[in-house]
Amino acid sequence: MWKNLLDWVEYRIPMMRVANMHALQYPAPKNMNFWYVFGFIATVVLVNQIVTGIWLTMNYNPSAEGAFASVEYIMRDVDYGWVLRYMHSTGASAFFVVVYLHMFRGMMYGSYQKPRELLWLFGMFIYLALMAEAFMGYLLPWGQMSYWGAQVIISLFGAIPVIGDDLTLWIRGDYVISGATLNRFFALHVIALPLVIVILVFLHIVALHEVGSNNPQGINIKHPKGSLKEDEKTKFKIHEYYTSKYDIIDDVVPFFPHIVLKDLVAFTVFCAAFAYVMFFNPEMGGFFLEPPNFEPANPLKTPEHIAPVWYFTPFYAILRAVPDKLFGVILMFAAIVMLALLPWLDRCKVRSVKYRCGLHKFNLALFVVSFVILGWLGIKPATPTYTLMSQIFSFTYFAFFGLLWLYSKNEKTKPVPARISK
Amino acid sequence: MKKLLITLVALLPGLAIAAGGGFSYPLEKARIDLEDKASLQRGAALFMNYCLGCHQSQYQRYQRTAEDLGIPLDIAKDNLIFSDQKIGEKITNAMPAKDAGKWFGKQPPDLTLVARVRSPDWIYTYLKTFYVDENKTFKVNNAVFKDVGMPHVLQGLQGTQEAEMVYDTVHGEKTLVGMKLTQKEPGTMSVEEYDQAVNDLVNYLEYVGEPSKLDSHKIGTWVLVFLAVFFVFAYLLKKEYWRDVH
Repeated sequence: MWKNLLDWVEYRIPMMRVANMHALQYPAPKNMNFWYVFGFIATVVLVNQIVTGIWLTMNYNPSAEGAFASVEYIMRDVDYGWVLRYMHSTGASAFFVVVYLHMFRGMMYGSYQKPRELLWLFGMFIYLALMAEAFMGYLLPWGQMSYWGAQVIISLFGAIPVIGDDLTLWIRGDYVISGATLNRFFALHVIALPLVIVILVFLHIVALHEVGSNNPQGINIKHPKGSLKEDEKTKFKIHEYYTSKYDIIDDVVPFFPHIVLKDLVAFTVFCAAFAYVMFFNPEMGGFFLEPPNFEPANPLKTPEHIAPVWYFTPFYAILRAVPDKLFGVILMFAAIVMLALLPWLDRCKVRSVKYRCGLHKFNLALFVVSFVILGWLGIKPATPTYTLMSQIFSFTYFAFFGLLWLYSKNEKTKPVPARISK
Repeated sequence: MKKLLITLVALLPGLAIAAGGGFSYPLEKARIDLEDKASLQRGAALFMNYCLGCHQSQYQRYQRTAEDLGIPLDIAKDNLIFSDQKIGEKITNAMPAKDAGKWFGKQPPDLTLVARVRSPDWIYTYLKTFYVDENKTFKVNNAVFKDVGMPHVLQGLQGTQEAEMVYDTVHGEKTLVGMKLTQKEPGTMSVEEYDQAVNDLVNYLEYVGEPSKLDSHKIGTWVLVFLAVFFVFAYLLKKEYWRDVH
């Protein structure tokens, strides 16, 4: 009966074929360490954002008059509305935590290198869409920081010569940020950008499964057809889509259940951290929810100190490091473009940081330190000392890419083993 | 890599010399205890009696407040609602916004979320540091909210205080470096009683800023316990499947 039903479905859509190809018989390197769990966790966070978002829209009122009060209505009068709201607000920050760790993993193990360039680019587009999504979502509670944060960021587009002023007017739909801006941001936040993100995530996964997962050693698990002896091939059942083109070495496990179970363990730990923030510390010391945002937006009262949410602060610090506004904006966007160009800036043939030169290790460490310190500087007021520090660390941020391009061509790397384990 | 990280992080505070923005009165710590229903109830009573005349709590309902604080609804109706409002209505007053602006220079802010905007410690200190200042409209000023537009509503309870300003010469300029408050005339409460009353009020404001906090800590604890148990099973299952992979 059950078998008949499955056959009936399989005859009409390739349900089991897809499940086998992409999960049950998908070959994943067995040495994927804990850095490899963040892709899975990011997907779960995306689902969390979509589901809680749907329920939030049921009671949210997207108007300048009603937005702030409707959020408090959700927090007080909707049964367990506060759970939905905190899952969504904590999820927004968690998304960036996870995505930053996921990106750093890619940089550490050279996951952007050939043949994974397009995979990396899709990831960068997801990151861009995510930033737009988060920025627009932050306006919706219509608090003081929602309003003035959006004011600052939209005004950046005004720095563009000739069309700048018209462009900001077009984005806002008004001469100031108003209900018109709120309504369009709401539309973009709840349907347009989530659609874009879901499609990009789909493409990201399709691209990943075509080229296969990288691993901490950066060693290939797919070998040319006929190059491996029978006892060197994996004993696990691998889908013929992969085995017909390659010999799969005995260093893989199937994605399901092996990798999924590993992800599940990591996911449980992630959930515990998430639950701690959500139930005990939803403001996270003013980083996840900023205190001035508990005051309704007031166009006549500028807050003393406007700081974007933590995940934008590294780029905000780069922007403020430059005295000229237009050049600052260009540099800020360049900071993201450089990341997208990594597959072409890194000319080394060795992927993993484990087998690369000491200079590369130092360079990567300096990049991480620069990014973190810039993030910290972005929340601080712009005093002369802080501005000088922002300039220094903006320089080291960009120096990472320049140096990488220079030394990676003829880099002195360590010998890479032929196999993941032996 | 790790060493470098630690060194750089350790250097940070040294590099970050915060630019001093003049004297700011040190905040006193409020004793927040949302389990203390008696304190919350006294705070609610103070709020309805002293604050609600001018301020509102327009996102919170009377009924929710009474239920969360363990006040029977009929008692709440008789003792907390001073207007003809129904128990299910939001905690508002009848002061027209236009007139309020005229009387105080600006409309008194809504207080539902004030504890989340300002912090409980700030409100606690604020309510304790009004001092006599003849130059002001309401003859009072405040140590943490300079040139405040609000009269000292709790003056009958606290009495009046005098401020002694301490100046010093910094970079050749006369700068305020300290402030000392002393009791001038006594109020109907002793100093300890007034501290307790203000603390009750702040405790109530902390509650009303986030009523879900009462539940969230309880639910959160169970969620964490569940996850801890789940982790053990997830880990053992993973280990079982990976046993043969070397």
